[in-house]
Amino acid sequence: SQSSSLCKTTPSTAKSPRKIVFVGLEIHAQISSNSKLFSGSQVQFAAPPNSLVSFFDASLPGTLPVLNRRCVEAAVMTGLALNCSINKKSLFDRKHYFYADLPAGYQITQQRVPIAVNGSLSYSLCIDNKMSQMVTKTVRIKQIQLEQDSGKSLHDDTRSQTLVDLNRAGVGLMEVVMEPDMCCGEEAAAAVRELQLILQTLGSSQAVMAEGQLRVDANVSVHHPGEPYGVRTEVKNINSMRFLAKAIDYEIQRQIEELENGGTILNETRAFDSKLGCTVPMRDKEGQQDYRFMPEPNLPPLILYDAKSLPANMNHQQVINIDWIHERLPDLPSVKRKKLVEQYGILPEHSFTLLNEDGLAEFFESVVKQTQMKPKKVIGWILKDLLSYLKQHSLTVKESPVSSFLLADLLNLLEKKEISSTAAKQVLAELWKGEGKTPLEIVKEQKLELLQDQKELEQICQAVIDGHENEVMAIKAGNPKVLNKLIGLVQKKTQGRSNPVLVKQLLEKKLSG
Amino acid sequence: MVPRGVAARWRRAATAPGKGQGSLGGREEAAAGRESHAACLSPAGQPLGILDGIPIAVKDNFNTAGIETTCASNMLKGYISPYNATVVQKLLDQGAVLLGKTNLDEFAMGSGSTDGVFGPVRNPWSYSKQYKEKSVPKSHSEDKESNWVITGGSSGGSAAAVSSFTCFAALGSDTGGSTRNPAAHCGVVGLKPTYGLISRHGLIPLVNSMDVPGILTRCVDDAAVLLGSLAGHDPKDSTTIQDDFKPFELPNLTDVSKLSIGIPKEYHAPGLSSEILALWSKAADLFRKAGAKVVEVSLPHTRYSIVCYHVLCTAEVASNMARFDGLEYGHRSDMKDSTESMYAATRREGFNDVVRGRILSGNYFLLKQNYEKYFVKAQKVRRLIANDFVKVFRSGVDILLTPTTLSDAAPYTEFIQEDNRTRSAQDDILTQAANMAGLPAINVPTALSERGLPVGLQFIGRSFQEKQLLTVAKWFEKQVQFPMIQLEEVKKHDSDVFHHQKSASLS
Repeated sequence: SQSSSLCKTTPSTAKSPRKIVFVGLEIHAQISSNSKLFSGSQVQFAAPPNSLVSFFDASLPGTLPVLNRRCVEAAVMTGLALNCSINKKSLFDRKHYFYADLPAGYQITQQRVPIAVNGSLSYSLCIDNKMSQMVTKTVRIKQIQLEQDSGKSLHDDTRSQTLVDLNRAGVGLMEVVMEPDMCCGEEAAAAVRELQLILQTLGSSQAVMAEGQLRVDANVSVHHPGEPYGVRTEVKNINSMRFLAKAIDYEIQRQIEELENGGTILNETRAFDSKLGCTVPMRDKEGQQDYRFMPEPNLPPLILYDAKSLPANMNHQQVINIDWIHERLPDLPSVKRKKLVEQYGILPEHSFTLLNEDGLAEFFESVVKQTQMKPKKVIGWILKDLLSYLKQHSLTVKESPVSSFLLADLLNLLEKKEISSTAAKQVLAELWKGEGKTPLEIVKEQKLELLQDQKELEQICQAVIDGHENEVMAIKAGNPKVLNKLIGLVQKKTQGRSNPVLVKQLLEKKLSG
Repeated sequence: MVPRGVAARWRRAATAPGKGQGSLGGREEAAAGRESHAACLSPAGQPLGILDGIPIAVKDNFNTAGIETTCASNMLKGYISPYNATVVQKLLDQGAVLLGKTNLDEFAMGSGSTDGVFGPVRNPWSYSKQYKEKSVPKSHSEDKESNWVITGGSSGGSAAAVSSFTCFAALGSDTGGSTRNPAAHCGVVGLKPTYGLISRHGLIPLVNSMDVPGILTRCVDDAAVLLGSLAGHDPKDSTTIQDDFKPFELPNLTDVSKLSIGIPKEYHAPGLSSEILALWSKAADLFRKAGAKVVEVSLPHTRYSIVCYHVLCTAEVASNMARFDGLEYGHRSDMKDSTESMYAATRREGFNDVVRGRILSGNYFLLKQNYEKYFVKAQKVRRLIANDFVKVFRSGVDILLTPTTLSDAAPYTEFIQEDNRTRSAQDDILTQAANMAGLPAINVPTALSERGLPVGLQFIGRSFQEKQLLTVAKWFEKQVQFPMIQLEEVKKHDSDVFHHQKSASLS
């Protein structure tokens, strides 16, 4: 399903006809579990080197793999969330290659029959960078397989040595394979972002790219319509959201230019150099690798059950029931968004932003609970005011100096018309300093209360009218917009402490008479 | 019998110079430590377990904590394992005394126990009165020593240790016959249990889908005792069955009339010595005369098992040996030019050419373009071989009776005339199929050959029916009354320990 109108491909010209771009992804998500996929050693980020290595992880001779139940459950959950068929029987295989961070000389993976197949993921993009127009796309999920992560090797060129840390060796991974249904970096990034949200919602992976819990390999190919599919290159180990779209778009462009110049694309593996902003061939992966796949003889086939096939007297510790897991899946992001829109009457694009920021949806709902202001109005304060503050100061919602309680308190003042919205923004700026003052205290301090004395307000309005004959004549002549100037003048005189709606009413009343 | 005193005598026999090269030396301290430990923990004479104080030897491809585990290879020379194999731990938990690690073919690849870095194992029967009486020196100048015969393999050291009274029992491993073959040549009982019955955790693998820990003892009852201590589910080994295992005592079978013995005609293999053929026939008659039903059966795919084994074994070997790169443990070459060159040099230096040959073959069979043709094809043939047995057992046959080896033990000088691969292909033919099918099988020493060397016969049983298999084996053992080895050196010490027994026993 190609919709390249969204993508920034080269427009068709006589010299260089439009190209069709295929982008597929292989995403490795580290499973969130206490211990590794086949051994009991702990899973932990940034531990001292080689402190989380069991005999099996170090490939000591005679050690055997024992499958971690939690990892299987995580993969089943993820498969169900991505609309996959869960294979009730899946198999483990050995993938052989020599590398310093692969102690056994092979990785245990699922090549023949993986745990889940044939799913789909829906994601949304804004057209032309405007939040107002969102379009939903789908990418097919080819499969999800369980496999081991490798250790880490660091090349120390000055001392001509390689340092190997096996802490990560054997950690459980889910490899999610997305078919080449995407056509540009933006689509790929949106798809990955949605997958990340789903994984975090399920808890099957924390999916934090900065901690290496989510790594993306992109397969890119380009061809002319009607011609055979182009040669594919693989851009490996993209580990930041920022670089994902950049790397893919660069590679697409590189391939297009190469072909237009009469060159050929090599079936090779490339890495993204973030400093140079380009993809470069990876020297280590030269040549065709034959992984000599072989069934893993130490692990029997993985058998999963559902309510129908569950044997009567099976020890329930020994089995995994797919239906049981399905019943307990939490609301996925797409469902959450729908509920937010239905419950609060906000726009779909609002729901995306709410879910995109960790904790923001909860913050919003909390504010709504504590205020009389309608959610449709609250959302503006959340998405425009609060979020921009957070972004400016690079803070997460959790780190916000303005709690939902404080914001709700402020919005209540606004709702009760005790302050104007301009004043409210001022108060928010003060609250942001995090000095512990309540909104009411700030209002009193800065004398931001709206004038409640109607008589006084009337007098000021009259004074403005009296002082601006030209404007009054313009209004009476049929130019109502000039009224705003008068309102502005009243606001100035009252130092922003007048309710603009009320001022407008008063002025109109006076001028009509 | 006082374990301490017996162990002391055993140790003297073990360290008698020049005989056996069965144990890899240096473990006396460990044994002495364990032995006094055993004595300390049982002050009131309470046995630690069923094997309390019993000296047992362990093939050097089982991990033993704090003790060198070499697999008779340069790759693991000096490698001190940090953990015990499950079977070793079980033995120790029952109070057994680990007497030593026994010699083998390097990484258990071979059928002679001649291809390990510590040298070949000599069959104790080479020094027996029975053999010496029958052997005729070809010339005066011929050294009697050069006449010595092999133990068979690859668990030759373990078989020799049991055969020479160095220990009561020994652990071996069996992938294509590596426990039963040396058992036959050394005149001891060699049991290959059903695949999945005994844990392989800690057994350095040759072929993960066929390996089993093997049990070598002097009598069938002892094998049953060992089996009882070792069998059962191990959470550390996902290929062990979940079912509870109940240790059993073997009944003294007297009535075999309800038994059906199958004689597979394909086991009349090319090269089978007329002696063994006659013995096999005699054994069949024995059962027949005792009232059992003896029928000829067919296992038509037997002749494909060696070629099939060759493909599957080398493929798994190539995979299992990939971990030996010198990085985490074991030998590491001094070559420092690059990681790859270090790997290559390490593996060239660490492995003998038998191991390297199998790795190369295995990698060839696993190449993408070859995988279907060889590996998958061999798996299909394996299924056919296994089905042969299923069909025969389903037809009413309880136990199969076959020879274990083609002939008695060859002299070392003759054996080494052919390479390891040729010998393995020849010698595994009668034992290999049981590994393919995962079935239990046992060698029972039957008689002495014309050369005065042991010959055994093999019983193959149904999956997980070890009790039936061992019961029949025990009956047969009683009928044949295999003679005790007459080792002159042992005679000099306390032969009164044995004089009234045909074969020493734990019970």
